[in-house]
Amino acid sequence: MEFFKYTKMYDFMKMSKKTIFISIIMVLTSYILLFVDGLNYGVDFAGGTIVQVKYDSPANIKEIRETLKGDPLFKGASITEFGSPEEIIIRLSGSSQSISNDVGDATTKALTGTGNFEIRRVDMVGPKVGNELREQGLMSLILATIGILIYVAFRFEWRFAVASIIALVHDISIAIGALALFQIPVNLDVLAALLTILGYSLNDTIIVFDRIREGIVKIKSAILSDVINESVTRTLSRTTLTSLTTFFVVLTLYFFGGEIINAFAFTLLVGIIVGTYSSIFVASPVLLLFGFDIKGYRARLAEKAKREAEKEKMRAQYEQGTV
Amino acid sequence: MGMKLNYRIVIFALAIAFGLFFSAPSLLQLEKGAKITLGLDLQGGLHMLLGVKTEEAIVSRLKSVASSVKHFSNREDILLDELSATEDEVSFVVLDSDDAPAIDAMLKGIDDLTVNREGELYHLSFSDEAVLKIQAQAIEQAIETIRNRLDQFGLAEPTVARQGEEKILVELPGIKTAEDEKRARELISRAAKLELMAVDEERAMRVYQMSDAEAAEYGDVILEDAERPGVKYLVREIPILDGGMLTDASVGFNQNNKPLINFSLDSEGAQIFGDFTGKNVGNRLAVVLDGKVMSDPVINERIGGGSGQISGQYTVSSANDLAIALRSGALLAPIFLMEKRSVGPSLGADSIKASLVALVGGFVMVILFMIVYYRVAGVIANIALVANLFIILAVMALFGATLTLPGMAGIVLTVGMAVDANVIISERIREFLYQGVSIHKAIEEGYSNAMSAILDANITTLIAAVVLYAYGSGAVKGFAITISIGILASMLTAILGTHGIYEMLESKIQKSKDLNFWFGVKKEA
Repeated sequence: MEFFKYTKMYDFMKMSKKTIFISIIMVLTSYILLFVDGLNYGVDFAGGTIVQVKYDSPANIKEIRETLKGDPLFKGASITEFGSPEEIIIRLSGSSQSISNDVGDATTKALTGTGNFEIRRVDMVGPKVGNELREQGLMSLILATIGILIYVAFRFEWRFAVASIIALVHDISIAIGALALFQIPVNLDVLAALLTILGYSLNDTIIVFDRIREGIVKIKSAILSDVINESVTRTLSRTTLTSLTTFFVVLTLYFFGGEIINAFAFTLLVGIIVGTYSSIFVASPVLLLFGFDIKGYRARLAEKAKREAEKEKMRAQYEQGTV
Repeated sequence: MGMKLNYRIVIFALAIAFGLFFSAPSLLQLEKGAKITLGLDLQGGLHMLLGVKTEEAIVSRLKSVASSVKHFSNREDILLDELSATEDEVSFVVLDSDDAPAIDAMLKGIDDLTVNREGELYHLSFSDEAVLKIQAQAIEQAIETIRNRLDQFGLAEPTVARQGEEKILVELPGIKTAEDEKRARELISRAAKLELMAVDEERAMRVYQMSDAEAAEYGDVILEDAERPGVKYLVREIPILDGGMLTDASVGFNQNNKPLINFSLDSEGAQIFGDFTGKNVGNRLAVVLDGKVMSDPVINERIGGGSGQISGQYTVSSANDLAIALRSGALLAPIFLMEKRSVGPSLGADSIKASLVALVGGFVMVILFMIVYYRVAGVIANIALVANLFIILAVMALFGATLTLPGMAGIVLTVGMAVDANVIISERIREFLYQGVSIHKAIEEGYSNAMSAILDANITTLIAAVVLYAYGSGAVKGFAITISIGILASMLTAILGTHGIYEMLESKIQKSKDLNFWFGVKKEA
């Protein structure tokens, strides 16, 4: 089976103005969403408490809200269904310092009389730890970006590195925009997903760039857009295939992996779609915008090869004792 | 026409054998062999980050300095006046300046103490350096104490470790019920500070009319009864002795067969206790636990031997927990909760089930897809994929890594990403076949041309995973671990392993010439 004919060539660069325009709109919209709606920080970063309760029959959320209303501890608490009608999540902004009598214990006490239930999960993060986790999270995003940037700059020419970072920022921005739009609770797992997108998006871009780098040397045409078009086309099957397999796998995770893993899977889904799009329609056009002197590059390569050959010759002569 | 063995296929076979052998104990739940540990989010359990109120350790050290001074002056018949302990210093006046050298000598024996003397007025405090030292000790001691208590509590493999400068990580896997969890939390957090204090009999009658400030003027404190609300006691502020001199505590029973706690003191404690009881026959002694009076027996005679009892409304298990807490020592400073994550075992089981469904579902889908798209080349890629899965599990088992829920997600994701290398290689081979080169050349060139792309792609993902491991906490670390192992293993299976298989099959492929069958390419070789 083949998705794309070997002989067919696609002119992606002709569309580049349109796609870059679309991308700019998407990224701007994401930032607007981020500033207007903001991110819905979960307890990991905002601090607070989550209590997951499972009843042995469908939970009467209205009654539970009524019961908890009078209790000052549960002031401003949100109570929502979680995964199934039997399960609810209670979210509080507060936390407690007492080890022997914590929010979980208080919840057990407060819920008596609302039916048979079991407290399945308590996540409580104090304000200090929340701040630390947030700082660490931001730090890890920055460090990973820097690490990858250094690697790409080392392996490729600087224009490639900058173009891939632009694609990366594009992907992460849109993923964060989606988190803001759907008010997905941002916890440590979502941060892990964002870091994975970081690696994944670059992964895709690098494979296209690797091909462009190869194409610059091998493809006869000296016109950059031709070289890029051919290289992108050659990697099209791979890009589509890998993205599809990864996408379907994450999709099963999203649908069947359980409620707790949902936010993580959602973030990855967005990242995979955007990451695939950007490696074809953002990273390569940006490279085209930068302009790349193919003839100069080839000349430099030839020069380098010549010097190498020169050196080899000298060495050979030296070893033979003729110098 | 034979299938040739080559070094790649041999290494691949060894890797598969390794994967099968070391993942078997975990997969089949064998008795023997290293197994993967399930994270708290999958097996259920309690994770806590605790802080230590180190400033209180200073206060309690100062109090114990005051106790020593008082006891020393009593024994040596040195008259002191205005002995008091505040938050940052102990002060007193020596009435007879001839006694000052003896006091000086005694104070020299106390570590880290700074002595300021203005004539007969003494100010005792701790320098900034000493304060830091005491705070560090308080954290160390808290870790040690909590560890001791949990060891005696009888849970499997509790973890108590320092995290960062001032936090304590406590992990208790395998807690089954909410009651057990609460009991463990109570045991950990209990200060278990035992003090024996003298009741101020002179003013005891007026305790209900007295304010805390007035009591302080007399060098007394007002304490409440542990069990009867509203009942108060007026006791001397500086305790006779405290739990630091305790050598043992155990559960016993009184005449009515109700549980109580027997404790014994070390020789110094026994001497102080003996001296005090000898001088105070007819007065009451308050047994104070964590700032509440447990009982106030009247001293009938001098009590030598250094043993005593704590009575209260105990059940056997609560008396037992208290005895454990007393034996393992008091916490020098109170501890508090900074982060808590508890997962019930049923939720953990649900999470395992759900992520297994996702793993199997995703896996089957990828496998079918690869076969449909690439035919035999797809089958070869799938062999690598399965091998990859076993190797991930084997490496995790060998290193005792913990499998968490995000870790499961990592494995699922690896399935999607591990085929990438084979997709890249297969696409390259197809291209070369279209260009009409020989099958041998298509395979060799396919591998060598795909290599740089695969390496670059994997290394960038690996960089992200390593950063995630370094900065991630708890469950998220598990994700970084599985992703990293998966990437490394895929280099072995997807690059080396599949190459070996192609080499082995090469003569067969050349003979059949059915490229559609082997590579899913509609072209004759």
